[in-house]
Amino acid sequence: MKKLSTLSAALLTAAPTAAMADAISGAVQKQATNWPAILMFLAFVLLTLGITYWAARQTKSAAQFYTAGGGITGFQNGLAIAGDYMSAASFLGISGLVYLSGYDGLIYSVGWLVGWPIVTFLIAEPLRNLGKFTFADVASFRFSQTPIRVLAAAGTLVTVAFYLIAQMVGAGKLIQLLFGMPYLYAVFIVGALMIIYVTFGGMVATTWVQIIKAVLLLGGASFMALMVLVAFGFSPEALFTKAVQVHPKAAANGVAGANPAGIMGPGSLISDPISAISLGLALMFGTAGLPHILMRFFTVADAKEARKSVFYATGFIGYFYILTFIIGFGAITLVSTNPEFLTDPAKGLAAIKGGSNMAAIHLANAVGGNVFLGFISAVAFATILAVVSGLTLAGASAISHDLYATVVKGGKANEQDEIRISKISTVVLGVIAVILGIIFENQNVAFMVGLAFSIAASCNFPVLIMSIFFRGMTTRGAVIGGFLGLASALIGVVLSPAVWVDVLGNAKGSAPIPWSNPALISMALAFGGIWLFSKLDSSARGAEDKAGFDPQYVRSQTGIGASGASAH
Amino acid sequence: MASYETIMNNPKFKALVSERSSIAWALSIAMLVIYFGFILLVAYAKGFLATPLGAGVTTTYGILIGLFVIISAFILTGIYVRKANARFDDLTRQIVEESK
Repeated sequence: MKKLSTLSAALLTAAPTAAMADAISGAVQKQATNWPAILMFLAFVLLTLGITYWAARQTKSAAQFYTAGGGITGFQNGLAIAGDYMSAASFLGISGLVYLSGYDGLIYSVGWLVGWPIVTFLIAEPLRNLGKFTFADVASFRFSQTPIRVLAAAGTLVTVAFYLIAQMVGAGKLIQLLFGMPYLYAVFIVGALMIIYVTFGGMVATTWVQIIKAVLLLGGASFMALMVLVAFGFSPEALFTKAVQVHPKAAANGVAGANPAGIMGPGSLISDPISAISLGLALMFGTAGLPHILMRFFTVADAKEARKSVFYATGFIGYFYILTFIIGFGAITLVSTNPEFLTDPAKGLAAIKGGSNMAAIHLANAVGGNVFLGFISAVAFATILAVVSGLTLAGASAISHDLYATVVKGGKANEQDEIRISKISTVVLGVIAVILGIIFENQNVAFMVGLAFSIAASCNFPVLIMSIFFRGMTTRGAVIGGFLGLASALIGVVLSPAVWVDVLGNAKGSAPIPWSNPALISMALAFGGIWLFSKLDSSARGAEDKAGFDPQYVRSQTGIGASGASAH
Repeated sequence: MASYETIMNNPKFKALVSERSSIAWALSIAMLVIYFGFILLVAYAKGFLATPLGAGVTTTYGILIGLFVIISAFILTGIYVRKANARFDDLTRQIVEESK
């Protein structure tokens, strides 16, 4: 039970924990070793190691290591961005949430998608024109380097750490269930492979691992959704009707006066308006502050390709979320009605083997048999591997490029030293990720991706967007506002019910902050802090910061002076 | 290479910046209105979202609206990219040429 809660927690990371914990009632199943899945996963690993070997031979310069030399096309980068975003949490967690609660899953999908247009309109092109390797290049463009780099590196590392813990714990639990392998092995395998990909292959390998995985995941999910639609004569209405007939919450979960079909409208997941808006803000703007995503914009040749890549990414991600919705409903109709997938057929839908996150996996078995089950399991593992690689590369870049090369060496670091520091950081981060994965094995980590999104939305995003558009911003305003956002997001999460009650074990209802997500307040503090302390700043440095806006503006709009793609 | 002051005074630069920022902010506001409109419905009008499209139909307004938000995100992005590819890249190229 505890393991299952953690699995569910790790995968469906942004969901309020209490809602999830109630929903899981399957017993822990020790799965038999799944050979087709293991063989397909081995094939994926061999292929990606081959790519890493190829990538390592061309990864000589810092530009190659951090950004694949700007040689990725918009379409490839769109797939890679979508790959970074379509994590196991999205795939298994959202389809599992749809399986349990129906419509509530769609609320999350929508929130995770709508940040992308904003990134396209306001961030993608200036980011590409101003930056070189990390988003801190952009945020610190006209400011005093050291304080902004330290702030951005802190924002990056905290975001990456929480995201990584959730992914590592999720990986361990998932592999335990999918492959019948012990938790520890899984965590070690993920840690070791990610270190190999990133240290030897840098961004080139990380990008291609992500692209391959994105194609496999989109292909597999498309097949599942297609088979579900085939089973219902391509009529979503027939699918929904059948789901309402078999889903136990269809009658129980509805809002007073509403359609009794509770899975066809918002359920209990979002209770009060403030939490709904706050969660919406975190999901929407967190996207625009995730360091491993922002870094991808430097892998393309210019602003035009950056813009195209978000357009493709938005399309792939939107399509993918529509698929997960169909897959979730497919699981309600085809998995919950089949005793083979239930621990106790008498208990129905909630008694799904392995918990709700296994809904998509069981559906793969139901529509495609054992070999397809193996394929989807292998893709799920590959997904985690690819996402942790991207996260680790972003974290290592913050250490080597922002902290070492800029802060410690004052921008005069030897390129080979910088790459070496980056590789050492990767190994250290990989080892830390494994250790954290072991420490948090039996902890509830549900809040961590939600926290990562809140911090990204409250620290990285405000500093980045204000530095691009707000002429009057100064170093002092950025640092104070950024740290206010970072601190208030952290404190807000710790004092919220998800951590205060569910993790720290305090009495129900005793949480000092009643809302499950701090973004509404922490974002306001960050933006307000940046504005206020910039206005109050009359220092010489502040004048220099404001004077730097015009040259920065010309470059951000036209790309004149932007770092180009390196020769291949 | 022209200085940034010269570029800022180039009428083409002024046109690029004003056209781009008006469409970028307009589309951003459109996306925000659509999304937070949806969130407000989730918060305040759960019953409406759970209402079936008609008698004997299971599909609800909520499903259609959710789908609409997803598709609108893609379409708004497409509108921007189309406009940028056609107009802004051209202007930018001219500005860069004139600044050499």
